[in-house]
Amino acid sequence: MSAVVTEHDDHHEHDHDHGPSKGLLRWLITTNHKDIGTLYLLFALAMFFVGGAMALVIRAELFEPGLQFVQPQFFNSMTTMHALVMVFGAVMPAFVGLANWMIPMMIGAPDMALPRMNNMSFWLLVAGVLMLASTLFMEGGAPASGWTLYPPLVLQTGAALPFAIFSVHLLGISSIMGAINIIATIFNMRAPAMTLMKMPLFVWTWLITAFLLIAIMPVFAGAVTMLLTDRFFGTSFFDAAGGGDPVLYQHIFWFFGHPEVYVMILPTFGVASTIIPVFARKPLFGYSSMVYATAAIAFLSFIVWAHHMFTVGMPIAGELYFMYATMLIAIPTGVKVFNWTATMWKGSMTFETPMLFSIAFVVLFTMGGFTGLMMSVAPSDFQYHDTYFIVAHFHYTLVPASIFILMAAGYFWLPKWTGHMYDEKIGKLHFWLSAISVNILFFPQHFLGLAGMPRRIPDYAVQFADWNMVSSIGAFIFGFSQLLFLWIVVKTIKGGTGEVVTDEVWEDASKHGLEWTLPSPPPYHTFTTPPEIVPTEHF
Amino acid sequence: MSTTAYYIPHKATWPIIGTGGLMLTLAGFANFLNGSSIGSTMMVMGFMTFIVMLAGWFSLQATESESGMYSTQVGISYRMGMMWFIFSEIMFFAVFFGTLWYTRNLSVPWLGGLGDGPGRSSHLLWENFTAQWPTNGPGEIGGEFEPMGAWGLPLLNTLILLTSGVTCTWAHHGLLAQKRDQLIKGLIATVALGFMFVAFQAIEYHEAYTEMGLTLGSGIYGSTFFMLTGFHGFHVCVGAIILSVVLFRSWRGHFKPENHFAFEAAAWYWHFVDVVWLGLFVFVYLL
Repeated sequence: MSAVVTEHDDHHEHDHDHGPSKGLLRWLITTNHKDIGTLYLLFALAMFFVGGAMALVIRAELFEPGLQFVQPQFFNSMTTMHALVMVFGAVMPAFVGLANWMIPMMIGAPDMALPRMNNMSFWLLVAGVLMLASTLFMEGGAPASGWTLYPPLVLQTGAALPFAIFSVHLLGISSIMGAINIIATIFNMRAPAMTLMKMPLFVWTWLITAFLLIAIMPVFAGAVTMLLTDRFFGTSFFDAAGGGDPVLYQHIFWFFGHPEVYVMILPTFGVASTIIPVFARKPLFGYSSMVYATAAIAFLSFIVWAHHMFTVGMPIAGELYFMYATMLIAIPTGVKVFNWTATMWKGSMTFETPMLFSIAFVVLFTMGGFTGLMMSVAPSDFQYHDTYFIVAHFHYTLVPASIFILMAAGYFWLPKWTGHMYDEKIGKLHFWLSAISVNILFFPQHFLGLAGMPRRIPDYAVQFADWNMVSSIGAFIFGFSQLLFLWIVVKTIKGGTGEVVTDEVWEDASKHGLEWTLPSPPPYHTFTTPPEIVPTEHF
Repeated sequence: MSTTAYYIPHKATWPIIGTGGLMLTLAGFANFLNGSSIGSTMMVMGFMTFIVMLAGWFSLQATESESGMYSTQVGISYRMGMMWFIFSEIMFFAVFFGTLWYTRNLSVPWLGGLGDGPGRSSHLLWENFTAQWPTNGPGEIGGEFEPMGAWGLPLLNTLILLTSGVTCTWAHHGLLAQKRDQLIKGLIATVALGFMFVAFQAIEYHEAYTEMGLTLGSGIYGSTFFMLTGFHGFHVCVGAIILSVVLFRSWRGHFKPENHFAFEAAAWYWHFVDVVWLGLFVFVYLL
């Protein structure tokens, strides 16, 4: 294994017309993968706080039984918008941002394959989210049907409905463009020595995620288009009186929706598989099994959708099939958890902030996985369905999993991106506050759900009061702890601790990936000529 | 892989213009649907911006391509982009084919009482409804209608599209053999057949609305019929416009046997539209 790379010398290029534009215009018209990655990441961070504020409205209302602060309609808008903003505005864009920044640097490419389209996919995302946010100020309020937008309920939305639908279209186009770009980049732009099975796991997981996105975003677009025509053009797709079926919408939605949740978790796996080996100072255990497991999870995600609909009504054969197919997912996921653990086994571990977040991810994601397994059992799901148990489940797979790994990625790569070191003490404080409060926030929701508290309600029976109060306290600690991250990001960009950051940043990191052979911060253009030797996982 | 450096364009202005145009179009459409008076103006302005963006962006690409800025590797990126774009379109159509399949084979029979015990829900709700296809449902939404037959215009349209696939390939052979005359003639025929298809479909829609009582509002049959054929017809229009641009560029002397991505992309798109129609002809019209 070698990590020696002839560093590309920027001065050989025509620096004058290849640098960034001046001022604000730079960001509007940029085609540079690092600029666009930064845009995605900052936008995602902003949306994380917007979505978080909505979550705090929800938790404030649920602090005590009875209506406290908001009207039920607005409460339902908050649950809906919180989900949509977090999924489409925060988690997905954050991973696309990481993909933009890291994939070209990891595979030795000069940029993304289709740089102009890259710009458009970012700005379409902004357009889509703006359109979605505008519904908050409309007559009849923002959509309040839950993020799944089930008919017939969603068809009662006021003026917001067509805006919400078109925002889904814009977000869909943006995601498809981004995904196409990632596939073309990975297949066509790798350095000659970077064979597929030498690619970092993050690149692999994004390749597979991109396939998922191209397959599912048009499906969601089709579903909401039918909502639009049902409401405005007299069609009967989801109306039994005309021969249609509202359950059909649920099938189509979850055919999109189940792979969609994997769009948020597969890149999470990729980042975890990148960070853990660096701090365990060992190569990733079971590299190829990680690749195959990711592919298996992606495949299975397409054939399990109706486990979201066990209580809706399905022939018994359907219930059984979707139950067993869903359980299968535990196998490749188990392979992954095993591999992360085995990577750490007997490693010379150190516990810098990114590693802490990654270890917390392995533990807490596994917990979210187990509750998922519980709900895959159809007869049990009849009890848990639409209770706080499902809320606890998917928040465990999203917050201490996807969000924690995004935080880990931030701490891991910020020194590379900015050339400055973040404040390790504050980072660790951020971690411990987050890791403890996230459990105070979500763990009691399991109890609430098992005791029968339904989700998406602004008020509840007094028997649920205690755990709701605990959960809300956890929510506020967690929410405000995230301001530490904001502070760290801003401070690191502005100069950090002043510590000198090496190219490797982390000890021996250049054994793990090409990006660590580049200067910190990397020049505006990197790998304009492909590197000749690439690190492999098997050093 | 090509040894020449990969072309990375800088400072692109068309994407942000296109985004603005698209957003304005959709916001305008949404306002229009809500009955707001500014909706249609916004929509027209947005759409015009979008068209200007398409024209500007594609002429830029054409100029760059003709001046030899694209290496083989760049060409591969474009081809992959087009391939996966078409795949996303296939998934979009799959939704509507899936809807047709689901309603015909599952939900309509269920409405008619399939799998229901005596006195169960469907009988209580829709006592006199028997499952059949075509249907506008137990509520007879949209009133009486006559379903669209397969053997008149639809069959003719099938032949037209299949022929256009042949002429398109013939034009491609002309391009590869550097017979510009054959290329242009083939493209003219393809574009003409494409627009002919659209015209016949317009006639078919007119008949459906005026003589057969068949509208978008004719229950699930009308919904699936017009949604599937309508989106397909829209794609034929787009494909024919793309081919017209390719024709214009061929006539201007663009494309070489080793560098004609735009032609290939247009041809792939056209064949995709063709295959979707075969699916429509079988599942919407014949069965």
